[in-house]
Amino acid sequence: MNKNDVPQDNSRTYSGHRKVIYATDEKGSYERVESSGWEAEEFATVMAVEQLEEQAQDALARVHQGLSAPLEYHMYNKRLDIPQLAQVTGLFQWQVKRHLKPTVFTKLSHSKLQRYADALGLSITALQSVPVP
Amino acid sequence: MTSSSPTFRHYHSAHCETGVVSSILQHHGHDISEAMAFGLASGLSFAYIPIVKLNGLPLIAYRMPPKSIIKGVQKRLGFNMAFQKFSDAAKGMDTLDKHVEQGKLVGLQTSVYWLPYFPEDMRFHFNAHNLLVYGKDNEEYLVSDPVFEDVVRCDKPSLQKARFAKGALAPKGLMYYPTHIPKSLPVEREIPGAIRKNAKIMYAPLPMIGLKGIRYLSGKIRKLDKQLKTERKVKLYLGHIVRMQEEIGTGGAGFRFIYASFLQEAADRLNSAQLKESSEMMTEAGDQWRQFALNAVKMCKKRANLDLDSLADDLRLCADKEQAVWRELRKFKG
Repeated sequence: MNKNDVPQDNSRTYSGHRKVIYATDEKGSYERVESSGWEAEEFATVMAVEQLEEQAQDALARVHQGLSAPLEYHMYNKRLDIPQLAQVTGLFQWQVKRHLKPTVFTKLSHSKLQRYADALGLSITALQSVPVP
Repeated sequence: MTSSSPTFRHYHSAHCETGVVSSILQHHGHDISEAMAFGLASGLSFAYIPIVKLNGLPLIAYRMPPKSIIKGVQKRLGFNMAFQKFSDAAKGMDTLDKHVEQGKLVGLQTSVYWLPYFPEDMRFHFNAHNLLVYGKDNEEYLVSDPVFEDVVRCDKPSLQKARFAKGALAPKGLMYYPTHIPKSLPVEREIPGAIRKNAKIMYAPLPMIGLKGIRYLSGKIRKLDKQLKTERKVKLYLGHIVRMQEEIGTGGAGFRFIYASFLQEAADRLNSAQLKESSEMMTEAGDQWRQFALNAVKMCKKRANLDLDSLADDLRLCADKEQAVWRELRKFKG
């Protein structure tokens, strides 16, 4: 890629940062060029972020309907899913799935709650509550 | 109290691991660019790994696995690094402090998600990020993160969380620093071997690795609408490929350009017309990767009709262009 073709699209996903792209000058010599973003990349990132946010919002609605535990909302809100949450807590996926049920979640031991709280970077109180609709 | 490594100079890089290795070597007086580090480590690759899932989608890697670049360069150039992992987070932080107080430059493996200076949209649970700590100011660490324009700061609790994040590729507090770097490094001597090794990786006799892997993914794209029932899922999958390619750890095209830059530097150092030509061909391969990403996004945005066959052809062309380079480099003697 020629350095004049390095995209400078001011992507919102870069939040004002710049990334290095290797590109060639008029003589074909490579140099490091700073890019403020590329629209194509931004689109793909935003699509992934929106997918995660949508999952969190869906979970939040289920929590308010009493169909799911606050844990599900916090899991998606911290950009995790069931396999990942199982991995970071060292629990089995079936255990995590079970803990997403409101009836099971309210009876969780302090140590289990602490484990989830640590993995999600929250306090236990924060873990047990969700934002109001 | 401030303690920091004197005369440290931040080096803005395209990729974290190559940036860290290059920074360490430059700090110790060696002129090893990021591209040279990448090339010497035979870092270019392609791997489609369906058993490792990121938010339910397969891992697609465009370079060798984490830590292989540091270890690869170390082996080629014959310097020594100490690697240390910790089971106790507090001990891991104390040991880091001790080294930083001595004015050492220390490399760390971390999660991206817990680093507060990362833009919100780039914070994903990716555990194989690399950064350098070059000092400490009260309770804040002075950090040189190669993918940022300038040095940054990080508070202790966040850095601890990032170093001891759990899950796939968990860093386990990994820290590393050079213990011995010789006065002169055998760069020219090692270039041909590193290139041949990389050719071997791209020609790996495994269906989902190297050139075969690129063609495998191309075949997968061709049949995507049969495997995934909804158009939304197809688009998320395509978006995921682009994201793995362009954002997470620089990605497909980016790495091709870094490698082309390495080939150009190698051509100058060895005075080789062949490598110069290879560099130009690799640039074309990188351009083709960008074209593929652009076309995929256009289709996701509905600016163009969803045409999986033409996308699959774009990707096949990437493989063909790369193969033309590696065919020649396989036998490269210098």
